[in-house]
This record gives sequence, C-alpha cells and structure tokens, in this order.
Amino acid sequence: MSAVGPMGAGSRPSIAVLRAELDKRNVSAVELAERYLARIAAESVLNAFLHVDEARTLAEARAADARLAAGEKLPLLGIPVAHKDIFVTRGWRSTAGSKMLAGYTSPFDATVVERLRAAGMVCLGKLNCDEFAMGSSNENSAFGPVQNPWDRDRVPGGTSGASAAVVAAGLSPAATGTDTGGSLRQPAAMCGVTAIKPTYGRVSRYGMIAFASSLDQGGPMAQSAADCALLLAAMAGFDPRDSTSIDRAAEDYRALPPAAGLRIGVPKEFFGEGLAADVAAAVHASLREFERLGATLVDISLPRTKLSIPAYYVIAPAEASSNLSRFDGVRYGHRAADYDDLTEMMARSRAEGFGAEVKRRIFTGTFVLSHGYYDAYYLQAQKVRRLIAQDFQDAFRSCDLIMGPVAPTTAWKLGDKSKDPVAMYLEDIFTLGVSLAGLPGMSVPCGQGAGNLPVGLQIIGNYFDESRMLGAAHQFQQSTDWHTLRPPGAAA
Amino acid sequence: MTETAWEVVIGIETHTQLSTASKIFSGSSVAFGAPPNTQANVVDLALPGTLPVLNKGAVERAIRFGLAVNGGEDHHIARRSVFARKNYFYPDSPKGYQISQFELPVVTGGSVEIQVGERAKTIRLTRAHLEEDAGKSLHEGLATAGVSGIDLNRAGTPLLEIVSEPDMRSAAEAVAYAKALHGIVTWIGICDGNMQEGSFRCDANVSVRKVGDEKLGTRCEIKNVNSFRFLERAIQFEVRRQIELIEDGGQVVQETRLYDSDKDETRPMRSKEDAMDYRYFPDPDLLPLVISQAEIDRIKAAMPELPAAKRERYVKTHGLSDYDARLLTARHDTAAYFERAVTAGADAKLAANWINGELASQLNRDEKTIASSPVTATQLAALLRRIADATLSSKMAKEVFSYLWAGEAGDEDNAADTIIEKRGLKQVSDQGALEKIVDEVIAANAKSVAEFKAGKEKALQALVGQVMKASQGRANPAQVNEILKKKLA
Repeated sequence: MSAVGPMGAGSRPSIAVLRAELDKRNVSAVELAERYLARIAAESVLNAFLHVDEARTLAEARAADARLAAGEKLPLLGIPVAHKDIFVTRGWRSTAGSKMLAGYTSPFDATVVERLRAAGMVCLGKLNCDEFAMGSSNENSAFGPVQNPWDRDRVPGGTSGASAAVVAAGLSPAATGTDTGGSLRQPAAMCGVTAIKPTYGRVSRYGMIAFASSLDQGGPMAQSAADCALLLAAMAGFDPRDSTSIDRAAEDYRALPPAAGLRIGVPKEFFGEGLAADVAAAVHASLREFERLGATLVDISLPRTKLSIPAYYVIAPAEASSNLSRFDGVRYGHRAADYDDLTEMMARSRAEGFGAEVKRRIFTGTFVLSHGYYDAYYLQAQKVRRLIAQDFQDAFRSCDLIMGPVAPTTAWKLGDKSKDPVAMYLEDIFTLGVSLAGLPGMSVPCGQGAGNLPVGLQIIGNYFDESRMLGAAHQFQQSTDWHTLRPPGAAA
Repeated sequence: MTETAWEVVIGIETHTQLSTASKIFSGSSVAFGAPPNTQANVVDLALPGTLPVLNKGAVERAIRFGLAVNGGEDHHIARRSVFARKNYFYPDSPKGYQISQFELPVVTGGSVEIQVGERAKTIRLTRAHLEEDAGKSLHEGLATAGVSGIDLNRAGTPLLEIVSEPDMRSAAEAVAYAKALHGIVTWIGICDGNMQEGSFRCDANVSVRKVGDEKLGTRCEIKNVNSFRFLERAIQFEVRRQIELIEDGGQVVQETRLYDSDKDETRPMRSKEDAMDYRYFPDPDLLPLVISQAEIDRIKAAMPELPAAKRERYVKTHGLSDYDARLLTARHDTAAYFERAVTAGADAKLAANWINGELASQLNRDEKTIASSPVTATQLAALLRRIADATLSSKMAKEVFSYLWAGEAGDEDNAADTIIEKRGLKQVSDQGALEKIVDEVIAANAKSVAEFKAGKEKALQALVGQVMKASQGRANPAQVNEILKKKLA
C-alpha cells in the first residue's frame, strides 16, 4: 500500500473510496486492517478503543479477502468497522464501559455485529462509551474519558463518544453506535462526523446491552450520508429475536433522493435562549444552503420541547433501573470480594460495580416506579411522551423534514459539566424529543464554531423516512465540504 | 372452640405450568428432571443483550383456558393484554424481574363449577394471566458445604396463574375447586397436572369472620401446598389457628405462611410489613399481546367437548343421572374411559355404575389413576356384557373384576371370558338344575318356609341366600327368586 494517494498517511478515505481500492486490488482487506490497526495503536492517547485483538481482526480480514477472491460483490466487503462496546461480541470483550462487566466476553454476537460481519465488514475492536450508555460526554466510562480529536482537552460528546472520535480521527472508516436520547447524534455533531439514529425498531436491539429498552436504537457513524446509507442498509431489518423489531420490507437507503422541493420545518423552540451563537450561525447558514438547493423553509412549533427533558429523565431511568437488575454478581460480572450473606453479596457487587451516574439513574428510576409515585411520575411522563410524539405528527403535516441544531453548544472542556448532572442533562434538549417519539434523526456536519469546533445539523424525519433524510444530507454534502474537514491532529 | 359461629372465606391462586415444549420467552426445553442448568440458554441466564420473545403456544393455551371457564364463550379473553415486569432481587430470578401480567391480564372473569357431596356451587374466577416461572435455589446435597446452588432449568417455564374470587367457604370446597380446576386444565390439555413435579401449585388465601359479618377478616396466604390432601389439611389447620387466635383476644396478621406437611402446620414466611414494592411497569421489550378474533375462532374450533356439554349429553343420550354424569366428567380421562367402554359395547348405565363404583374404589385403594387402571375400558365392557347377557350375576362379576384387576388374564380384550371359562364362573340359569337345588333348600329349611308362609317376606331372602350358597354363588338370583315364590305359593 502506497503512503500517498487516497490511502496515504493521515488520509481519511470514505467507504466508497476504500471500495474502489479493494475492488481494483490496490489494497487487500488484510492490508487495510493492518493500516487501521497501526493508526489505532499510534493514537491510543484518545482512549477510544477498549479492546483490540489484532489476530482476530486479521482473521476476519483474511476471510473477507477470500470472499473478494471468490468474486463476491458486496458494498461493505473488506471494509473495517469498530463497534461501540454496548454491542456484545464473541471474542472481543463486551463491557458497556462499566467495571461491572470488566473482562466479560459474550458467547454470542449482537444482531448488528452479526449482520455487518455477514456483509463482509472487518471488526477492528470495541469502542469506549459512557457506562451503560448513560451520559452526554463519554466521561462516565469506567475506563476513562475519550478525547475529542479536534481539541484533546475537550469531550467528544456521548455516549457514543469514541465511535465519533475514531471516525473523525481516521482510526476507522465506520463505527456503530447507539442512541437512547441523542447518543449517536450529539457526539457525531461534536466530532464532525455523520450519524443516523433510525426509526425505533429498524435496527435489532438483540445483543445491545440495554439501557432504556423503549428508546435504545443502534445506528451507524461514518464520514458521509452516503456511507451511512450503506451501513444502515446492512444493519437494519427484522430480527425475530427482538420483539420490538419491525417487520417491514427492506429499503434501499442508497437511493438518496434529492432535496429539491422538500419542505423543511424549522422549529422555533430549537433556536431560543440557550443556543450558542456560533451553533446558531452555522445551522442558519446550512438552512440557507438547503433553500439554495431547492427546499423551502417552514416555521413550525414543537411546543413541548422543554418537557422532553423531565419526561426522558423519568422514563429512561425507570427502564434502566429494571434493565440493570440482572447485574447482581450471581451469574457473571463483578462480584464483591467480601460479604456475609446473599443480600450483601448482591448489594456490594452493585455498589462496587456501578459508577456514580448509573447509580443516580437507578435511584431515580426505582423512585419513579415506586408504589405511590408511579402515577405521578412514570404515568405522567408516558402521557407527556405521547403528546411530544403528537407534536411531531402535527408538525409533519406542514413539512417533510425538520431541521435544527443537534446540541446547544459545541464540545465542552473535559470536566466542565461532569460535576453538574442537570447541566449535562440540559445538553440533550434537542435530541430527546426525537427519541421519545421513536423518530429517525441524523447529525450532519454543518460548520465550525469558535475554536474551529464542529457544529452538527440535526435532520429529523417522520417514521421510516430514513431514505429522504439520507438523500437530503447527501445532497447537502455534495455542495458543502464540512464533512470532509479533518481534525488538526489527524491530518498529515 | 365454636367453629359454627365462624365463617371461613377462601380464595385460591393456582400456578399451572403450561404444556409447551419450550419456555415462554426462550427456546429452551422445559422437560422435567434434566441435570441442573442444562436447559438454560443465554436468554434464561439473562446475559447482557438478550431479549424475550413470546412463545405463541403459551398464548394459545391461555386462550383455551379462557374458553373453557366460560362455557366455550370468548368474551372474557382480552383482545389486548400487557406484559409487565415485577421487579425483585433474588438469585433464582436471573433478570432481577419476573415477566408477568399485571393491569391487563389475558383472561378476566369466568367460573368453575364444583360439587361437594350432592351440592353444586359456582366459584367465580377473578383472572388468569401468563407469566414465567423462577429458577430454583438448591441449599442441600451440594459437593461444597456452606454453598448454595442455583438451577435455572425452570426459569422461564410458562405459567398461567389462575386467581379465584374468595368464594369458597370450607376446606372441602377449596379442595373441590382445586380438583375441578385441575380437571379443566388437564381436560383441555394445557397442563399435565403433575402436582409432585410442581405443574399445578395452589396458594390459599384464608380468612375467618363471624357468621353474618359483611367485612372480610384479615387473610393469610398459605404457600407450598403440593397435593389436594395437604391443601385440605393446611386450610383446616389455618382456620383453627385463626379462630383460636381471635377467640383468645388476638388478631390475625396479614402474612404469607408456609405449610409444613411433616408437622402438619403453617408457619409465618413473611409479613405484610416485609412486603416488597415490585415496581410493576409494562415490559418495554414486549409489545402488547394482541389476540385476533380469527385466532380465537381457530382455537375454539379445535377445543375438545367441555365437561358441561358432555354432562348434558350423558344425561340426554345415555339416560344417566346428573350425579353419575358429573362424576364421569370430573376428569377428562374418566370421561374418555367411559366413552371407550360404551363404544366397546357396554351398557351406558351399567358402565357408569361400575366406573363410579367398583373401579373408582379399587383405583382409590391402590392409589392409581384411571389412566393407569389395570382393567382397560374394553375389558370392563366385555365383563359388563356378561352381566347383561346373564352369564354373570353382579356379585360374580365383581369376583371376575378382582381377577382382572390382578392381571389374571393379561391385557387381552376379552380377558373376562377367559377368567369365566377358566374358573367356571358361569351363572347357573338352567331351570331344572335350579329347581332341584330349590327343592333341597325347601326341604332343609322348614322354619324359614313356615315363616314365609305366615307372611314374613324377609324369610324369602334367607331362602334365596341358602340357594346361592348351595350353588356356590352361581345360581341366577332372579330366577331363584321366581322359582321359590312359585314353589311356596
């Protein structure tokens, strides 16, 4: 492999470029895997990977090369990918960023992992994340925070912080992530990469370590909408092992329909107080670009946007408190060294195994489900959730897509908000409603704020409208180059 | 103690294990008796990332039950029910919660008919809901001392929890209800009914109140009752305990009590104060259970004839008494036995008498079920034919039956004839032979003859008895009666 051209050091080729190189036999899957493994080793300071197993990766690459040699033609065959550590994997450890699962290896692969392998992708390893996907900055990992490649003193966003960081830094052309309240979109925005959280039920949750079952949804991160479309096509689809997976005919997300003629809803609640000026400027500029591409902007209202924070922070912790009950030290995971009886064994194992944010949410969730509080909190939050979903449906009567900022600010300094959980929760205001409604949402690089930090544009579609979202994003990326900007350190 | 001044109020919760091949939310087998943890897959072990998928067979069985307890009508089957999580920590509960149904169960209402002695009564059902069983903690027999083991083979076994209204007023009624319910679930093939293996487990909620009181007394729930006999004893003990407690000026405390069959007593397990807050909420991993009318209709069409319909048919077409018909339809295998006997040529009334009489008492004595009866329905039918054609008196038939029971002629269908032949047990119906014996008996019993002629009807029976004795029980009793009357006229 040559050190210059599309595969050169510091370059960040898209999946389409890698595909061409592989098909022309300019590079083998093994060589490609070796190149990325070397980059990962060189950039260990990012703390993005929790487990790399070179031998295993190369074995997968050899299998891909054999399939290539046999003449198989698949868009992702031989392309490397890295998985958020929320997806369980055979071979690579699966920790969910928690001490509770330090050293845990799953006897089975998540459906997403299985599908991407079947599509021919080569796994580079497992990616750091906030513990059990709870957080907004990737600082809640038991294995330390992840650095933002754009500014090593800043957070990459969360909870799929490492997924965004590795794509931004060119340590992997693609990564999987999960999104419960914005965990794919917000880090993608803060690291300047493209991500899509599909409609709830599009991508199987089997093998995703559960945080909040009614909200969790896996999705891809990559350098462009076109790459995300390829990845989503391989990841999505009905899975009989997940009862909430939707049995729907497969769609070709690669069609990428143009943006011309689209009515784009601009919710006034997304542009009010609290939105940083640099973010607002970048988002407005990108909306004007869509107008230039033939779309029309429509003023809309999502009146209950503010209520999405309390509703989410009741429902998600409620489900989490129950989902995390299985971590009791009995069958697997961390077990305390000293205990006098069974109850103490379970209590100590949990006290030692979980971090502060996870405990906070277990306490909150346990409280809101308790006798006497259930109606006032959990049921009330469910009602608000339905109203929020209704607000979106009302809005979609006058528009095809909704656009606005992903997050109120660009990436903040490591440690800045980690002492104030409420300040951290407020960062999720623009992404939570989409999750509560189960709608698909994208993050597309749309500019740079102060300190050249990336800004993300959020594109929200109606249910199962991923194709239209990806198409609009693709056309935007055809006429802008925000998604191609590389962080200073990663560029050669 | 003045038990007559007290009214006993009992409601029963029954956990019936549904007869599916695999678990309710995973593909593991539910076969009983496998080595520990060999029937627990990644879902049963609640490994990270696993999700439940509902077994449709369990739903189908719940629908069958909903139809059976409503005389085949479907209006008590919820078209939409919801699975909920019941959260609690226990090592044999791998997920830290049990998937059950809480606010919206699959079946609401319905009733079960019971019979105590000659009296029939209707027990109303509150609900029936689907849920998963827990695993088992093992505290004994492990290689390492001081260590507890967990067997998750049973974790995830499908259960239908059937809850009755507090409609029972005695231990006898409670047992009759449990037996009737057992009859229904085995009748419709949704549960194997094996109580030793825990396939049918009853918890009794027992309270007492002064006769005439409107308000229910404080109840105690009795758990761990794994036979009908223990259910009766546990309730009897609990009733006595509560009445004595109140009469001594005490108060019943709401609690869960465990029945100890060795000591024949109940003792406290946990009080209401320790009651856990289960934090029920709809399980977000499972969609609401939606049952279509088409599905119900399909299951309805495949339902076996239900006990009430059968009972009516037996009375109408076979001329049985309601009482006999009820006994025959108390269990599916009993009704099946009866129908096989009739098909094999037995007179229906005679068959009913024999099945409810001789056969039932023999089965009871040898602690056998009708399914394992040494005398088959076909064999019984062959025997009853010999009563109908006067080859055997009913007394002789009982003798032949006892040889059949002992397996004397093996399992051949006409074993009765073989025994009759071999043992020379044919009834003597030859007029001449009988007259000869009668003459001898008249000659030898002058006193009885005189008494009969003086108007003492009973004396005739003594003479009949003598004739039977002289014939070694083989004389046709009806004929003997006739001959005697004629000769003494």
